[in-house]
Amino acid sequence: MKARMTATLPKPRRFSVSRRALPYVLSLPALLVCIGILVPFVTAAYYSLQRFRMSQPWNRGMNWGENYLNFMSDPDFWQTLKVSLSYAFLTVGIELLLGLGIALLLQKRTRLNNFISVMLLMPLMCAPALAALMWKLMTNPNFGILSYLVESIGFTDFRWGSSPSTALFTVVLVDVWVYTPFIMILLLAGLRSLPTQPFEAADLDGVPRLQQFWRITLPMLTPYILTASLFRLLDSIQQFDIIYAMTQGGPGDTLMVFQVEAYLNFFQSTNVGRSAALMMILWAITFFLSNIFIKNWLRLRERARGEA
Amino acid sequence: MRDKRGPHVMNHTSPIERILRGAALTIVVLFFMFPIFWILLMSVQTNETILRSPPSMVFTPTLQNYQALITGRLETQAGSLDIEFMQNLWNSVILSVGSVALALVLGVPAAYAFARHKFRGSEDIAFTLLSFRFAPPLLVLLPLTMYFQELGLADTYVGLIWVYQLICLPLILWIVRGYFEDISPDVEHAYRIAGHSWLSTFRKIALPLAGPGIAAAGLLAFIFAWNNFIFALVLASADKQPVTVGALNFITASGIQYGQIAAAVIMSIAPTLALALYAQRYLVEGLSLGAVKG
Repeated sequence: MKARMTATLPKPRRFSVSRRALPYVLSLPALLVCIGILVPFVTAAYYSLQRFRMSQPWNRGMNWGENYLNFMSDPDFWQTLKVSLSYAFLTVGIELLLGLGIALLLQKRTRLNNFISVMLLMPLMCAPALAALMWKLMTNPNFGILSYLVESIGFTDFRWGSSPSTALFTVVLVDVWVYTPFIMILLLAGLRSLPTQPFEAADLDGVPRLQQFWRITLPMLTPYILTASLFRLLDSIQQFDIIYAMTQGGPGDTLMVFQVEAYLNFFQSTNVGRSAALMMILWAITFFLSNIFIKNWLRLRERARGEA
Repeated sequence: MRDKRGPHVMNHTSPIERILRGAALTIVVLFFMFPIFWILLMSVQTNETILRSPPSMVFTPTLQNYQALITGRLETQAGSLDIEFMQNLWNSVILSVGSVALALVLGVPAAYAFARHKFRGSEDIAFTLLSFRFAPPLLVLLPLTMYFQELGLADTYVGLIWVYQLICLPLILWIVRGYFEDISPDVEHAYRIAGHSWLSTFRKIALPLAGPGIAAAGLLAFIFAWNNFIFALVLASADKQPVTVGALNFITASGIQYGQIAAAVIMSIAPTLALALYAQRYLVEGLSLGAVKG
């Protein structure tokens, strides 16, 4: 009897790999890609510790932390940090408020609401660089529909992306147009998955709607809000496409966010050392944020899968 | 439904509230749809009607912008000009399809391994891959420009497709892994005990069951690859550039042919918009890396 049992177990076949090695074999290709990407990362860290300008190859050498130390007294660096943070917090703040508002409007599962929520996904599907191009066409001073509209309501000197006073507003607007649907769609899914019992109980007790929102909806929605905003914050602080396509960081240094500044440092002033150091600082910020995000996201994922 | 209060609660909304809701929704739809609609209108106008002031929606539509893009000849007052927009479109197709295909080949087996076997270092590798999704792309791209020169990968599709794994692979790995974890391993065990090899179990049982997840992840990866801008901007020269980079260069190349720019934008966003409509039910889950069930 025992002999027959063992006989039915799978026999080693032509392509068989030992059980213990199998997972490694399966993940090896992905692992190799992983390593292939870690190599340039380490290289960037190494460059950031060097005096390295492509225009002065003879002058190349280690200067250890000098690139970083120089940032302390470098007004351009502080401008970069300031613009990046303003951009990130402005976009995420506005998108969160708008996204939550729209999600609440569309909460009921009616045909119209579902149709609208699908329509609203369209901006999110546009490449951010192309979205910036679309808004650039609409804000063109000669024929742009928005320039025309803004002028006709009295703002005669509103120059959108080409004026330092409105450039940040313009790129934030494009970012809001592209990414609000992302937050909306996540919060809508969150809202629709909330249990109904607390709301029924509150209705029975005659709790006003507004208070229900603050006391029940918002606290139960918090994990979703946190995940969505952290995710957006991570992307937004690295924004490149929209800003580069719209103004290339200008006018002047108005919109020199981290990645645009690093890009121009590398390709225009060929200051590889400074460019790499900038990227390392941005990486440190995103690494910190992504750790918080991943923890949150995993918890939410466990919950979503528990419900499924 | 067991919830008898449902309809009653719904009727609670006063007429004023309904009007306000309607107005708010109209503004929302206008704000998010108008740019696409307006660029679409621009793309079927001649430069003369675009430059009219005040802007008007009354004009005779023309397909000459699209015609110019597709035939690659741009007729201007200064003479005719060659445009390589169709090449850009073709590059986008090659790069996106190629990188999604590669990401599926690399990512699906790895996702299966991570889901079924808790082996040493598995979580670390999965997390490292996920963290690529959030690392600043330029950090990797700048040194790569130098390595690519040395390796002969500069300005090749292969080199670009490999770099595109930065966005495609984490997406596929994490979404597909979630789907594999949702499938009970019992079916696979039964099939294996019936004498089938590991490989045929994977092919005949696990893959079909995770099919929808693989399709969703693949579609999303395609959209992200198509929309990517920075990789090709840094690493590709003119003849390998996708539409995102090409459309931007097109502005300077075409001078003041605004209708053609608009038509180029419409042709560049149409594939992702169509895919999104086709795969809408997968989008939510994919966009949140599976954190929210759609």
